[in-house]
Amino acid sequence: MVGPGRSRCCGPSGAAPAMNCRAEVLEVSVEGRQVEEAMLAVLHTILLHRSTGKFHYKKEGTYSIGTVGTQDVDCDFIDFAYVRVSSEELDRALRKAVGEFKDALRGSGSDGMGQISLEFYQKKKSRWPFSDECIPWELWTIKVNVVNLANEQERQICREKVGEKLCEKIINIVEVMNRHEYLPKMPTQSEVDNVFDTSLKDVQPYLYKISYQITDSLGTSVTTTMRRLIKDTLAL
Amino acid sequence: MDTDLSSQDRKDLDKFIKFFALKTVQVIVQARLGEKICTRSSSSPTGSDWFNLAIKDIPEVTHEAKKALAGQLPAVGRSMCVEISLKTSEGDSMELEIWCLEMNEKCDKEIKVSYTVYNRLSLLLKSLLAITRVTPAYRLSRKQGHEYVILYRIYFGEVQLSGLGEGFQTVRVGTVGTPVGTITLSCAYRINLAFMSTRQFERTPPIMGIIIDHFVDRPYPSSSPMHPCNYRAGEDNGAVYPSVEDSQEVCTTSFSTSPPSQLSSSRLSYQPAALGVGSADMGYPVLFAGGLNAAHPHQLIGPGKEGGVPPVPNQPAHGTQADQERMCTPLDGVHYSAATPSSSEDTETVSNSSEGKCGSPHDLLETIFIRKVGAFVNKPINQVNPPESPETESPLQGSLHSEGSSGSSTGNTHDDFVMIDFKPAFSKDDILPMDLGTFYREFQNPPQLSSLSIDIGAQSMAEDLDSLPEKLAVHEKNVKEFDAFVETLQ
Repeated sequence: MVGPGRSRCCGPSGAAPAMNCRAEVLEVSVEGRQVEEAMLAVLHTILLHRSTGKFHYKKEGTYSIGTVGTQDVDCDFIDFAYVRVSSEELDRALRKAVGEFKDALRGSGSDGMGQISLEFYQKKKSRWPFSDECIPWELWTIKVNVVNLANEQERQICREKVGEKLCEKIINIVEVMNRHEYLPKMPTQSEVDNVFDTSLKDVQPYLYKISYQITDSLGTSVTTTMRRLIKDTLAL
Repeated sequence: MDTDLSSQDRKDLDKFIKFFALKTVQVIVQARLGEKICTRSSSSPTGSDWFNLAIKDIPEVTHEAKKALAGQLPAVGRSMCVEISLKTSEGDSMELEIWCLEMNEKCDKEIKVSYTVYNRLSLLLKSLLAITRVTPAYRLSRKQGHEYVILYRIYFGEVQLSGLGEGFQTVRVGTVGTPVGTITLSCAYRINLAFMSTRQFERTPPIMGIIIDHFVDRPYPSSSPMHPCNYRAGEDNGAVYPSVEDSQEVCTTSFSTSPPSQLSSSRLSYQPAALGVGSADMGYPVLFAGGLNAAHPHQLIGPGKEGGVPPVPNQPAHGTQADQERMCTPLDGVHYSAATPSSSEDTETVSNSSEGKCGSPHDLLETIFIRKVGAFVNKPINQVNPPESPETESPLQGSLHSEGSSGSSTGNTHDDFVMIDFKPAFSKDDILPMDLGTFYREFQNPPQLSSLSIDIGAQSMAEDLDSLPEKLAVHEKNVKEFDAFVETLQ
């Protein structure tokens, strides 16, 4: 498994690199039925670190922050447990995205290889007639390789091995998070929707979007399957 | 130095560090309770949620942490450490992890205390939440209960890693720079747990001396007591748990992280298996309640087959005279407060462990008496006939009674063992005057075929050949009959 690789890129949104976008790549090999839980574990761990409580702006430019609750999640197909933010809306959104990714992986033309990307971005308002820019500042890519196992014994070993690998991924994620590199500035009330996703009622993650790519058997990315799954903020 | 720091900032920073230390301890200990943690998000800020995270405060843990800190804060050379260890039912203990909150001298003067430091401490707590679930001790703590418990200990001062054995690994949770130093949170954990799981948790005690680093004396000058990670809601605030080494009683209490009714069933697993001939050979466990557990009259005895309750190895099938009396008359109910008529109805069926295990606290003792029918029952001669047992409707006991009444001690009355005929339920003995067991025994050794016996075989082959022509002539005469017979078959 390749650990997090660091490179500078502008991410799939195609925007010009107005700022450097931090990019991290994680790779996992899992059995088909483990895809969902493994992806959720990684995405939830990232979003745990990239979510705050709801902002409540007061007069004089000050604001207070709500409280983020957490809960333990046990995996059914992997010997693994992780912590996620206590927000059903956020969980639903991630499950929807991961479910579509899993279905695409299973679909024809797929060799069982694909990647799912979680991109954090900021919106930059532009004057009419130009649409707002989405400027990514952090990109997490999880490369998935689906393996087929022959018997129950192999599956049992896979349960444990994937659990251990996910532990390593969590440690990698935490290490990146605690480098305390670029984070968007805390916005004023008028700017908060350019930085945070304020649509959830209990927590406030940074603006993010999830996309995925399925690699066909030739090894090339099938970009036609790219989709933006969560609130396309380019809609005016 | 820190002259650039305003006094307000300094005060804030000290407060942040203090509460960060307390919350760190809470997160670590709660992650080792063995339960899934769940706290709710709240869009409105509450004044008590430090670092904008919903982390409950267990009062006893806060008390211990404050006691360890004793008004000080983590500083250079003074680290706050949370030691997580495992203690088995045999009393062996092993350190699993040391979580260290340290401060080094690297200062970040530019950083804003009330904003950046606070947010970064919040991020570090989130990282701690994530990391506490990925070290090996988490999975161990989720399985604690009967055979081992997880204990925690907080101390302040120098970090002691020697108890972790060789080859321990370290994971850094994160760092936060402050104007007075850099806060570092890390965990050193033991990795050689594999053999421990196979050897340590067997019923037989572990082989001492092979793994020397398990059983070291604690080198710490200040030996703060270990505490179990099994908080139950409703405990007294600030109550200090006694040291677990004090008594087996305390140790046992701390084993179960379940309600008291299940605690009793966990006690059962510690009793040595004394069941002899009884349940091993026979299909039904011979259960006997009460006497042996006089010390713990509140235990419920349940059968071992169903559910998860281990078999109660209280009494072998053949016991002493006194026990026989108890077996025959389970209703000398001085000690047994359970309603014996109802229990007698259950005597033939292995009583449902779900009832017996942790159900009604009012049934202090249930006497479950099952006589293994067909068994060799150790009885003195004058007790061949089953005495006046409780009224029962099961055919099994009924048949025993009927056998008894007809004086069916088929064995020699002078024998110590008396065979009681097996009368299976619902069997009819008018068709075949024998039961399955007798049938099987009789036909297991059938007599040898006469043609195979030596006497008959002595007849010579020549005599056989001589008689052949006569036989052939007879058969030829009847050939038409044979043909007709063959045609009917087609």
